[in-house]
Amino acid sequence: MSIRSLNVPIDQIPALVFPALLDTLIMVGIVMLIVVLVGIPLGALVHNLAPGGLFENPPLHTTLSWIVSIGRSLPFLILMASIVPFTRFITGTNIGIAAAVVPMAIAGIAFFTRIVENSLRGVPPTLVRVAKASGASPLQIIRTAQLSEALPSIIGGLTINTIAMIEYSAIAGTIGAGGIGYVAVTYGYQRFDNTVMLATIVILVATVASVQLIGDRLVRLTTPHARTQARAPRVRRRETSLV
Amino acid sequence: MISLEQLTKVYGHGDAQTVVLDRLDFSVDAGEIFAVVGPSGAGKSTLAQCVNLLERPTSGSVLVNGENLSQLSEKALRVARRRIGTIFQSDGLYSRRTAAANVALPLEYLGVTAAETRARTAELLDRVGLSNKAGHYPHQLSGGQRQRVGIARALALRPSVLLSDEATSGLDPDSTRSIVALLKELRDDLGLSILFITHEMDTVLQVADSVARLDHGRIVESGRIVELLRDPASGLGRALRPARSHESAAADATEWFVSYTSAAVPTDWLSRLADQLGTTVSLLGASIETVDGATVGHASIGVTGADREHLIAVAHSLGLDARPEPAGESAPAEILEQVA
Repeated sequence: MSIRSLNVPIDQIPALVFPALLDTLIMVGIVMLIVVLVGIPLGALVHNLAPGGLFENPPLHTTLSWIVSIGRSLPFLILMASIVPFTRFITGTNIGIAAAVVPMAIAGIAFFTRIVENSLRGVPPTLVRVAKASGASPLQIIRTAQLSEALPSIIGGLTINTIAMIEYSAIAGTIGAGGIGYVAVTYGYQRFDNTVMLATIVILVATVASVQLIGDRLVRLTTPHARTQARAPRVRRRETSLV
Repeated sequence: MISLEQLTKVYGHGDAQTVVLDRLDFSVDAGEIFAVVGPSGAGKSTLAQCVNLLERPTSGSVLVNGENLSQLSEKALRVARRRIGTIFQSDGLYSRRTAAANVALPLEYLGVTAAETRARTAELLDRVGLSNKAGHYPHQLSGGQRQRVGIARALALRPSVLLSDEATSGLDPDSTRSIVALLKELRDDLGLSILFITHEMDTVLQVADSVARLDHGRIVESGRIVELLRDPASGLGRALRPARSHESAAADATEWFVSYTSAAVPTDWLSRLADQLGTTVSLLGASIETVDGATVGHASIGVTGADREHLIAVAHSLGLDARPEPAGESAPAEILEQVA
């Protein structure tokens, strides 16, 4: 029996790949929900604990920043392996989607916290003063003067983060989390099934491209400047170039 | 009305401490525009932040209509801030909000109902002449229009005091003029006390009733604009209307520098001066204008063979100060001695 005969027939590839893609999307979807819910408040907190922030507190800022940095500095494979006891404590298992979500969420939160922090740093500091002078409470300031103004930048970061999570889901796949990564590793890599490998690559590229496209659209939609520029008639643009 | 009493702000501790504001004392009456000028680093922005209560003074107080606002708790402070409207430099608008939504901010923070907010926002935008720009985003507005939105926002909670923190800096002269006109109109209509902090002397001359010069955290000179302009010894008066270069006098004539010191200067003072001295007086350079309805100015003239003391006396009777060198190059008393 040749190795070839072990390959998945082409007509069965969709049945193998699409459920795996769905698993990946569920995994990444759950992770991103947790990442956004935790990462946005955490990023805003880290930003505002820093010198010049709303709740300036250097010791607490340094501590929190260190914790986030540790989460950022471990390669995902090592993070995943090292927190297996914790994962088992939370989910009761260390295989499957549920088990993959825990390390992915931890890595994702650390990543996204930095993204939010960095986006908030890009908001002109005058706006916080404007909000204060207009009688805003700290929460109102964070919501309207910081997060809302940084929204396009945060969405841009969220896109990068989501794509990184798709990548992490493939790594999680290698320890039995399922999903497209699992298919790529077990069929494409371990069984040398090039067709399956190619199919997973095409699907991953298409998924990542779609995420990027949606992200870019959302950024454009939330940036008044970009939105109105896209709407501006061509004639006017030619006029300005002549001047 | 807003007044500062012995307002002091110190940063740092011990040897490293810097006094940024040093016992400032002044008040701005209702219906008055009071300008504070000074070079960068003089403490202007710290002053602004102490006045709109974003910074706590180290000592001294900020009083609005007699009530001391600088010793309040953090929460009470947030409420107190609503009594002072602040106009920031033109980058103070939220880029993702329309003009109307920017004006509505203070109302939104206060928790005003949507219907009421809409009505008040429309009224405010109309007040600053931008009712047709309500749905525009800041990047679609000119610098002057953005600043009008900032003014409307500052007025949203009907404050009695308006603080303008470099509001016209970075605007072109036309926009500055229109913003200045708007501020004066609002001052008259609403009886606002306006504290106008700026580094631009030109704008001060256009907008303010009184002015104080801040230098190294201290008020080094202050007074009513017209009085300062009429006082040849006033450094601030000279800074407000810097002397321009002028032609030099003919070989047989001497150069004299005259400035308006009273409201009674006749418009034909030049020919009267020549008549009374019985000699020729040539005009070498001049800058005369009305500020707040009062004529002020200075001129350099060339006079042939006149007695110094006589010239000074005649000029004085015409409401002019005359001296053989530009004011400010030495103290007035010394000049009089030299002349005598």
